[in-house]
Amino acid sequence: MENLNERNQNMLSVEGSILEAKLERRSFLQYAGAGAAIVALTAAGCKKDRVVVPTGVTLDFKDDFGVLNYAYALEQLEAAFYIKVASAPPSGFSTAERNYFNDIQYHEVAHREFFKNALGTAAIGGLEVDFSSINFSDRASVLAAAKAFEDLGVAAYNGAGVRLKTDAYIVIAGQIVSVEARHAAYVRDLISNGSFANAEVVDANGLDKAFTPDVVLGAASKYIKTKINVINL
Amino acid sequence: MNIVNILEEIEKVDGEIYERLNPRRAAMKDFFNMGKKITLAAMPLALGSVFKKAYGQTTPSQISDVLNFALTLEYLEYHFYNHAVVAAPGLIPAGAPLGAITTIRDHELAHVNLLKGALGAAARAPLAYSDFDFTGKGTFPDVYSNYLTFLKVATAFEDTGVRAYKGQATVLKGNAVLTTALQIHSVEARHASHLRQMLAANGATGLKPWISLGAGGASNDTGIAAVDPIYVRENTSMQAGINIVGINGNSAITAAIAAESFDEALTKAEVLAIASLFIK
Repeated sequence: MENLNERNQNMLSVEGSILEAKLERRSFLQYAGAGAAIVALTAAGCKKDRVVVPTGVTLDFKDDFGVLNYAYALEQLEAAFYIKVASAPPSGFSTAERNYFNDIQYHEVAHREFFKNALGTAAIGGLEVDFSSINFSDRASVLAAAKAFEDLGVAAYNGAGVRLKTDAYIVIAGQIVSVEARHAAYVRDLISNGSFANAEVVDANGLDKAFTPDVVLGAASKYIKTKINVINL
Repeated sequence: MNIVNILEEIEKVDGEIYERLNPRRAAMKDFFNMGKKITLAAMPLALGSVFKKAYGQTTPSQISDVLNFALTLEYLEYHFYNHAVVAAPGLIPAGAPLGAITTIRDHELAHVNLLKGALGAAARAPLAYSDFDFTGKGTFPDVYSNYLTFLKVATAFEDTGVRAYKGQATVLKGNAVLTTALQIHSVEARHASHLRQMLAANGATGLKPWISLGAGGASNDTGIAAVDPIYVRENTSMQAGINIVGINGNSAITAAIAAESFDEALTKAEVLAIASLFIK
């Protein structure tokens, strides 16, 4: 029920701005999203799952909130993936692997919740994920997906850093990306020891990848059901 | 040339990629076109001239200060690994361990060359192996004869590198140079993750690929007291004013998870103090 309370607060704050007759495009989208969220919530009842927003979310890159919401979206995706893995690990996982995937799960939840709180009422809603391409009972399938998520996360933060204007957020992005890179290296080594920074991800100048949001969201789209609208990129 | 390939790929989706990387679009465009014409070996130098075009006649001193600071650390890392690979036979077991250290050595050399090229005439004087004392003035006397000691120092260097780049990110705010620095930074984090696993496999039981809480909530999780300064503040649980422990009712987010989830930065002064132990 926590979510419901927060949603109601968001709803009230959005309605407040409408009463002030400041119906900009952005606040309209927020309003539409919040309204849809309420409908979805009614349907979902008191389920602990995150709220489904069938009308999609909008990432507006005109300011740091857009970049933070972009990171929030990616962390939601990663957290959802690892929560599913940790709740029922593949039988092929060793005890050590179960423990570390459990850790990674909580790292991603910590990142997700950090962005949610940092964004406050500017936060996008919960994303609905689509993991139908992943076989969660198969170690190799889970590791391949984890590698894809972590490498993509690293490239996303590397590419997004230059967009940030607020010092504190630049620092935060740096603090998170290195943890994602540690995950990426760990997962890669599980797949093939020594592949932590191979030529697939590190070029001849010793540089990791850096992708723009279009590229990242394109790659992530197969795992996300919710429509993500990107503006002012 | 991967960076050119990446730019090409991105340009297909984002026609204005060069503008995004840097408002001085023409400079980035030049770089892109240049990449097609020149050889890989010439690339770092070419990158240097791009910085000049992007930022005027010379790179601003704030930027070159950061790049020279990074260059010093990359020299340190490169010579540390290179000596182990070429001049300490039998130190690193053949096979996967030697392969990993060689890969890391090669990356550090690439970083040295990239930064040297970017700085051009503003680059600091080159550092040779003989300029360093990797025993840390006697702190690690068997660094090149005891594999475990070598791995400890390597882990410490990589975790330092990760923290050092992070500390300079705000100086590079909004610059294409920041992207390059971040691309080096995440490679250092990949190295750190692997070295921690190597260290764990050689006696440091339980050491995680990510920096966790030390015993009793200490900031240093390696159990090596001599490297305490490298891990200061890694036990932090407040991030940008938000308490991570138990955030939003998630009781599983413990102090250890909070410490692991966010790597911390070191200031330039802190890094230089650490590095000075290894520079003659």
